[in-house]
Amino acid sequence: MISKADLHWRKTRRLTFALILFWMLITFGLTWFARTINEIVILGFPLGFYMAAQGALVLYLLIIWWYNRQMKQLDAEFGVEND
Amino acid sequence: MLASLTRLQRYYLYYTGGFFSFIGALAVLEQHGMPPRWIGYAFLFFTISMYALIGIVCRTSDVSEYYVAGRRVPAFFNGMATGADWMSAASFIGLAGTLYLSGFQGLAYVIGWTGGFVLVGLLLAPYLRRFGQYTIPDFLGARYGGNAIRLVAVAAAILASFVYVVAQIYGVGVITSRFVSLQFEIGVFVGLAGILVCSFLGGMRAVTWTQVAQYLILIVAYITPVAILSYNVTGNPVPQLVYGQVLQQVTQLENRLFESPVEVEVRELYRERADLYAQKIMQLPQSLNFEREQLSAQINQLKASDAQMKDIVALERLYRDLPHDPDQARGRWENAMFTAVERSKTPIHHAEAFPGETVEEQDIMRVNFLALIFCLTVGTAALPHVLTRYYTTPTVRQARESVFWSLLFILLLYITAPAYAVFAKYEVLSHLAEIPITKLPGWVAAWAKIGLVSIEDINADGILQLAELSLNPDVIVLATPEIAGMPYVVSGLVAAGGLAAALSTADGLLLTITSSLSHDVYYRIFRPDASTQFRLVISKSMLLVVAILAATVAAQKPGTILSMVSWAFSIAGSAFFPALVLGIFWERATRAGALAGMVVGIVLSIYYIIRVEFDSIPMLGISGFGMEPWFHIQSTSGGLFGVVAGFITIILVSLVTKPDPRAASFLTTIRFRNGDGL
Repeated sequence: MISKADLHWRKTRRLTFALILFWMLITFGLTWFARTINEIVILGFPLGFYMAAQGALVLYLLIIWWYNRQMKQLDAEFGVEND
Repeated sequence: MLASLTRLQRYYLYYTGGFFSFIGALAVLEQHGMPPRWIGYAFLFFTISMYALIGIVCRTSDVSEYYVAGRRVPAFFNGMATGADWMSAASFIGLAGTLYLSGFQGLAYVIGWTGGFVLVGLLLAPYLRRFGQYTIPDFLGARYGGNAIRLVAVAAAILASFVYVVAQIYGVGVITSRFVSLQFEIGVFVGLAGILVCSFLGGMRAVTWTQVAQYLILIVAYITPVAILSYNVTGNPVPQLVYGQVLQQVTQLENRLFESPVEVEVRELYRERADLYAQKIMQLPQSLNFEREQLSAQINQLKASDAQMKDIVALERLYRDLPHDPDQARGRWENAMFTAVERSKTPIHHAEAFPGETVEEQDIMRVNFLALIFCLTVGTAALPHVLTRYYTTPTVRQARESVFWSLLFILLLYITAPAYAVFAKYEVLSHLAEIPITKLPGWVAAWAKIGLVSIEDINADGILQLAELSLNPDVIVLATPEIAGMPYVVSGLVAAGGLAAALSTADGLLLTITSSLSHDVYYRIFRPDASTQFRLVISKSMLLVVAILAATVAAQKPGTILSMVSWAFSIAGSAFFPALVLGIFWERATRAGALAGMVVGIVLSIYYIIRVEFDSIPMLGISGFGMEPWFHIQSTSGGLFGVVAGFITIILVSLVTKPDPRAASFLTTIRFRNGDGL
């Protein structure tokens, strides 16, 4: 039997690590191939350039938004309401 | 809560409206002949008195108000304040210029400085807020126990923040001297006054509310000129959406210009010049004597003939300006050689990722690009002045939400910067290249006069080739209003925005340094029984001392200050990031481990930076310790090794030391606890 706090932490950790992994894929994985994906052109932008100048930034914002949403639900589920 | 929120929003709405009508009024006055200098003064006076007003209204003598703004800052406004806190003079003035000069390679800053906020949001901010004390050393002290770690943290925080704050005050000096034509040193002290009026009386509370005001100014100032430029070029005022097409045009222009025979010829001339200097340096000191003899022979010859006096005077001046001794000659000629080498290189295509002649060169570029991103993200997530901001929200949930707002507000600027660079490049390639030098637009001459633009007709054809033009990165943002032919009021606006960016960051940094000294060192270590009133007196006097010290250093115009700022990221990252993250996510991390990891991280970063960047320290009389970089990583990314070594050291040392029995209960309180942090 594990405690509520442990379960809450386990779920938080899983969410955090999954999102950090995704973040690493965008930040380092995709950037590694920037030269290759630059050959694809969208709206005049070479894709590698576009991802580094705008795409990655918007994805970062989405990561944080998703994390906040999930954590809000998780906190409500476990009664960690603090406001 | 809603009532206070709307009241705040209403205040800032009035404020923004007031700011716009102020700009409008100045625009009208300019039409009626108000001289530019007065417009500069008006902007300086208006913005600084606004900040002073907020500073006075928010004065406080409460410790919690002074250090963490009473933890009453709503997520939205904390996001704005963090945005201003985060975006420094370097982001505002330098970033677009860097992107202009290095194209894709400059995007490492855009990714790094935004990506770091994901680490802040997911790994640090909620836990720091739930812990709910005042400073970052507080957190490390509570997690690991003991004063040693607190002192190491204080030292690292001060080391990283001080160079940074000096750079901000330096930036203020540059802006005021250029736009308001104050003397540089006076400008520095005007900046100092601007910083003190916010932070001295009201601490974090006043700084927070001024930073919100400063954010509004800086973002308006950043976007306005490029939106107008975008409208002029494409007919669409949203530069972020349309610069893709402009980028394509830039690429076409580049393809045509870079390989045109006359450009190739000019680059060849520069290569020859570089070779000439290399030869002269090799043959020192004879080459210097030879040059001297040659010049004096020429002068005598001219004097013997009936040449014009003017030509003789010019030659005599050349003779006087010759280097006095071989050392001076070496220094000067090396500079000239490097400049010539720079200009002889084939320019890089703006959108090309990891440019290089060979596959190996491309790989070195790629590795450095990723290493720089790594250092900037980790450094962002470790700079104490940013992390402290997340102590100021009312709840943990609001701390998480304010990271979202922070990133959104920061993004507005970082998404615009690459557009800025592309539009500026388009203007240069289409309106400067291959234009007769006598017909160049007026702004070129104006900025050449203060040395930020330089032009040299090396092949003497009277036409400007690209390789003959060199631009200082700062010029892109500062001169865009003139490039696009906008009225001076826009230039004044840009200056006010740069000033806001520099002042807001300086405020946050200064507060971090003083609270480290007064709270962590004086109160926590020396006098835990000090009364709250006395703690604030100490705090405020520290603030004054540190501020004056920073302004004094800035007034000396230290040359390497901007590269020192990028080292601050490496130092902060390797000092704090491993210890904070492992402290939160790994129960087994121990005090000995954290202490060892922090020290190893800082020492390794500094060691790497010093050995790769310098070959000698004349002040200490040591030299010849330069080394080849490891894996071709430049010194600006030295933190890569520091951070990795920090993580490894903490893990290894923690595993061989005894587990800390108090860690579990501390971690439960920061991971899972009902109610407010305190």
